[in-house]
Amino acid sequence: MSFEYAPAPESRSVVSIKPKYGHFIGGKFVTGAKHFPTINPATEEVLSHIALAGKAEVDAAVKAARQAYTSTWSKMAGKERGKYLFRIARILQERAREFAVLETLDNGKPIRESRDVDVPLAAAHFFYHAGWADKLEFAGLGTSTKPHGVAGQIIPWNFPLLMLAWKVAPALAAGNTVVLKPAESTSLTALLFAEVCQQAELPAGVVNIVTGDGSTGALIVNHPGIDKIAFTGSTEVGKLIARAVAPTHKSVTLELGGKAANIVFEDAAIDEAIEGIVNGIFFNQGHVCCAGSRLILQESVAEEVLDKLKVRMAKIRVGDPLDKNTDLGAINSKEQLLKIRELSAIGDSEGAQRWSAPCELPKKGFWFAPTIFTGVTQSHRIAREEIFGPVLSVLTFRTPQEAIDKANNTPFGLSAGIWSEKGSRILWASQQLRAGVVWANTFNKFDPTSPFGGYKESGWGREGGRHGLSAYLKGVGHE
Amino acid sequence: MSNRIDVKKTYKLFINGAFPRTESGRTYEIKSAKGVFIANPCQASRKDLKDAVVAARAAQPGWNKASAYNKGQILYRLAEMLEGRRAQFVDEITSVTGVTKIKAEKEVTESVDRLVWYAGWTDKLSSLSGALNPVAGPYYNFTIPESMGVIAAIAPETPSLLGLIDSIAPIIVGGNTVIVLASTKAPLSAMSFAEVIATSDVPAGVINILTGKKDEIAPWMASHMDIDGLDISGLAPKTHGEVRVAGAENLKRIYSFKSADPGRILAFLENKTVWHPIGL
Repeated sequence: MSFEYAPAPESRSVVSIKPKYGHFIGGKFVTGAKHFPTINPATEEVLSHIALAGKAEVDAAVKAARQAYTSTWSKMAGKERGKYLFRIARILQERAREFAVLETLDNGKPIRESRDVDVPLAAAHFFYHAGWADKLEFAGLGTSTKPHGVAGQIIPWNFPLLMLAWKVAPALAAGNTVVLKPAESTSLTALLFAEVCQQAELPAGVVNIVTGDGSTGALIVNHPGIDKIAFTGSTEVGKLIARAVAPTHKSVTLELGGKAANIVFEDAAIDEAIEGIVNGIFFNQGHVCCAGSRLILQESVAEEVLDKLKVRMAKIRVGDPLDKNTDLGAINSKEQLLKIRELSAIGDSEGAQRWSAPCELPKKGFWFAPTIFTGVTQSHRIAREEIFGPVLSVLTFRTPQEAIDKANNTPFGLSAGIWSEKGSRILWASQQLRAGVVWANTFNKFDPTSPFGGYKESGWGREGGRHGLSAYLKGVGHE
Repeated sequence: MSNRIDVKKTYKLFINGAFPRTESGRTYEIKSAKGVFIANPCQASRKDLKDAVVAARAAQPGWNKASAYNKGQILYRLAEMLEGRRAQFVDEITSVTGVTKIKAEKEVTESVDRLVWYAGWTDKLSSLSGALNPVAGPYYNFTIPESMGVIAAIAPETPSLLGLIDSIAPIIVGGNTVIVLASTKAPLSAMSFAEVIATSDVPAGVINILTGKKDEIAPWMASHMDIDGLDISGLAPKTHGEVRVAGAENLKRIYSFKSADPGRILAFLENKTVWHPIGL
């Protein structure tokens, strides 16, 4: 007997998308000079046209942010700043469904994730940081902390609204004003967030949003009127930014790539581990910097885990992101799909064995079936490079030390997973792993109170918790 | 006046618990403030730096694993050993820099006290920077500071001893190992401090000391792919940008400090967050 799922699409009537958008500068929407299309990656439908900010627009945004910092935001009492953040959190909750549908349309992620993860966490980030605004002297950084001034923030396309919240909420709580650039392919929720700022009556210029591509990002990074750069994206671009700001006074935080090891010990609860492996690599189509993209299995259970994993993967529902039963949505862009295909083809040619879940992929849009590679060795490119898609590389180990050595054999250090039922082994492994976030018997969990960020080439600094807040304050002991 | 001829000391590098000469055979001359020859310290080479990094990397897991209590006692032992050799350091500082004996004594006293201060931090870092995070779900979630790995430091020209202490102690307090480049003009304190280290139960390779030219060694430190962090407090600010650019290749953490405070310790620690479900 087999069960069929009837379509259960979330209505898109809750959103209204304008045919064309400008930038949000000084509290107002201003017309853009040039535009580029933004599409729904699940259908390739053109959703709207996004403005491409050049020097004039970035200059205007920085000027507005500086003006707001000097005249309003830096003079306002923390308790009043905090109230604006609380208002924003509440409005995000009120308009949660609208944000979720819009995010899914623009990004391609399943509505189940945008509705249950992205948007609620974004609201939670504002609520958490709102409470910090009048308590900065208790943040453990001394009583003479100061904001940097104007923060330039550049965010990726994998969690558009959530990354905005991770950046904007602590910056504002600490007393900075911001110029934010959303990713080229996912600007719509940031532009809707601009409306939230208006509804919250946030003083003009405290949040400025300029849209565009990498060229706009470079204008922000190199702008002399900006005091602090915060970037989430690839390690390659992160290094370019680190070099660009090196000779300047700018403070920098970077959240970059990862190649997380997800280690399954032989004493793990295997069925729970299977769910964790699936969540680790197929959450958000694997477009996650902390994705558990290297599965490291103890040899004694490798066969059992792989057999069960394939059975589970065959049940992953791939398709319409707006369908409430969908598990795996669309790849965010054609460019990213080509990159995933290219690295997977390299996996084939280097001798790893590919297995993809048997599923029907929609005709239009960008899709990639959930895939695992077995027989992967540490020298394979699919074991070293971030694929940023639903592709899992499987390696094996015999001794716990070998698992740790393999897990740490990467220039990245963002996250790691451990599956074991033995407490002392979990704590031992969590100490040995060179990663900023360790998930034991769980994976891909996030919370505004929980610092997130990487060791080594996965970045500089943390986001979330007191540690994340400190990135937006001066006077932390070093220049 | 005695007719006895002094036994003079050869000042060498300190790498992996031993006192090698530079493999390059290069030295430079140190004269007293009055122009009298004092010593020919080593002008360390790129190979010496590499050797020091290999030693520091090998020593790091063991030092990291030592209990905070044990690390604290070893740092305190450094203070004890330095206290017992105050006169030697006062002599070296006065002869090289020409400062008064009173001033030199003050620097040595502060150095001993500074070591004691750092020694007390080893078992308080997780109270300072750790956290139990009240996440919205059935998870036990904590953040703890952890060592970053191998850190290089460029000590300031003066004060040559106190500046050296501030370039070493905050780095090793939390389990990192260090390669420090001493004051170029006044390296005697550093090389004599290596003798203090060698008699203080500091495991070989935890602290490595080079002498030489800053302009030469700083770019090598910045671009070395197995160095995780760099303290450039001893470099002229105008060269900071260049060093930071070179360090971007492995996203090295590069900081400059103006004072001794806990932030100086935390700067070279990473914060790790661990999640585990709570349930039956």
